[in-house]
Amino acid sequence: MTAADPVIELRGVSRRFGKTFDLAGRLARRARVAFGGTVRDEVVRAVDNVDMVVRKGEVVGLVGESGCGKSTLGRMVAGILPPSAGAVLFKGQDLTTLDAHAARAAKLKVQMIFQDPYASLNPRMKVAEIVGEAPRVHGMIPPGQFDAYVDAQLRRAGLDPAFKRRYPHQFSGGQRQRIGIARALAVQPEFLVCDEAVAALDVSIQAQILNLFMDLRAELDLTYLFISHDLGVVEHLSDRVIIMYLGRIVEEAPTEEIFAHANHPYTRALLAEIPRIDVRKRRFTAITGEIPSPLDPPPGCHFHPRCPHAMPRCREAAPVLRPVGVGHRSACHLNEAG
Amino acid sequence: MTAPTLEVENLRTWFDTRAGPIKAVDGVSFSVARGRVLGLVGESGCGKTVTGFSIIGLVDPPGRIAGGKIRFQGRDITDLPEPELRALRGNRIAMIFQDPMMTLNPVLRIDTQMIETVLAHASVSRAEARARARDALGMVGIPSPDERLAAYPHQFSGGMRQRVTIAIALLHRPDLIIADEPTTALDVTIQAQILAEVQKLAREHGTALIWITHDLSVVAGLADEIAVMYAGRIVETGGVDAVLDEPMHPYTSGLIGSVPSRNRRGGRLRQIPGMTPSLLNLPAGCAFRTRCPRASEACGTEPAITHPVPDRALRCFHPQLEVVA
Repeated sequence: MTAADPVIELRGVSRRFGKTFDLAGRLARRARVAFGGTVRDEVVRAVDNVDMVVRKGEVVGLVGESGCGKSTLGRMVAGILPPSAGAVLFKGQDLTTLDAHAARAAKLKVQMIFQDPYASLNPRMKVAEIVGEAPRVHGMIPPGQFDAYVDAQLRRAGLDPAFKRRYPHQFSGGQRQRIGIARALAVQPEFLVCDEAVAALDVSIQAQILNLFMDLRAELDLTYLFISHDLGVVEHLSDRVIIMYLGRIVEEAPTEEIFAHANHPYTRALLAEIPRIDVRKRRFTAITGEIPSPLDPPPGCHFHPRCPHAMPRCREAAPVLRPVGVGHRSACHLNEAG
Repeated sequence: MTAPTLEVENLRTWFDTRAGPIKAVDGVSFSVARGRVLGLVGESGCGKTVTGFSIIGLVDPPGRIAGGKIRFQGRDITDLPEPELRALRGNRIAMIFQDPMMTLNPVLRIDTQMIETVLAHASVSRAEARARARDALGMVGIPSPDERLAAYPHQFSGGMRQRVTIAIALLHRPDLIIADEPTTALDVTIQAQILAEVQKLAREHGTALIWITHDLSVVAGLADEIAVMYAGRIVETGGVDAVLDEPMHPYTSGLIGSVPSRNRRGGRLRQIPGMTPSLLNLPAGCAFRTRCPRASEACGTEPAITHPVPDRALRCFHPQLEVVA
């Protein structure tokens, strides 16, 4: 891989979600402690000490099952959610240390496209307002050019500008997702976080949107963090794949490498179980067990209760990501044994 | 030769609206034999769920079955009176829905709901019913079923809840199960667990299965036969290998082309242009012709069902008879 400049860099990023208690709850907890009881803090470590780099022009696929923290990570990258610990760097600069003006300019360069094209558009705004509001507020539109600017954004996302006086409910799911894309691109970002951006769409519409993403990448020189649970989509689109399990990165590698030589037992199980159109009448054999609750993750390696290769060590120490090939890192104790 | 478990012939389910009837299902025919799995594939709004609801007699007004025959084990059940239908439903024919939280009653414990189902169709003691419920939970791979019987639906995870609804469907060892996108909301590893259970069932008990889904990849791994629906009609049926490897209908090949793993990585997907038309405003003749690369003037009239090869059925004037890689 050519060492292009990192656009986004995460250093030891964690995000915890705690429960906040109302007055009665706080009193009850205090009383419990006063009478010799114990209280447990219910803290979810949605993202746990993650390091990650996305370089200019790359498409990085972030894969994991529900509750693994991939959406939380995406939101931190997009600057919607501050990390509890660690730093998110945009082009080497930590946004929290920049002055307000520079931080705002940097934040505009990272935009997000959401999963649900029904929930992510304001139903009471017309398409032209949805797409044009942000660039107007940020002074990106020359005076008198509002209509022309919005038309150009809509056309680029494959929508007919004649529809711009309509409301979101007058569009189909695929068209709404295009509105979301036009809105994100309207502020001229360099980096797009797509959080399950095609998951809610029908197959034939999904193909249209994926093609649009690829066209836009070539046209606007965009960098993507593409979050999905669909390995088929990620395989098709990404240059590099990162696999998450319960808040931690378990493996990352270039796309061909991970599909050919997956290292982590979780990745291997995941790859074995994706239904593929070329595999007929197969016997499904699943890894046993459920995904543990992130409220109470297992100690050591989070995957050990479901792992066929678990050793006593896996219950005690969390494995760290180690290189196992070119650009290929995996967090598994098995790699240390040999 | 015994009759297939289910035969559907020229089924029409229409919804009457002020703007005229919506032909959600319009002339659908297929059959499923004992122990076989039929994958009913299509995109949102193509009528695949309404087909399932019609078979089990759950179409509510303004919907009505406007024509056609549904035969279950050789017996016509199209216009069966409600009491007789109730004797079949949940007993010989069961349905699994997409969202298990909608199927289960949130304020009743699992045992209450399962025992009720057993007693609805079998005259056994409560203890016996409870034992059957426990066995069914065990069969779908729920650990410590005795304790889990006393739990409420919210105490289960999504995958476990879907297992419970499958266990309820299995209580009476039905001859036909209609599964409507039962794994769509589940994670990959959990989906594989459910698919493994379902396969075992068809194999060991000879249950016929209709698997309704939009996901061609799941159908590829699970089904024996496949039926592709578009705008209320089945446009192509056949064995799963035949249809997926040599699709004849342009819509089928468009769908297959849209699946990312079938394409060269990073290349453009072979997308279908346009979008699914509204059922209120379908193009005359073949409903797919406005999006079809092979459409001609002939497509303005409705194509009849043809059988270009044995065991294949097709509705198209311009099928792709050469092998498309």
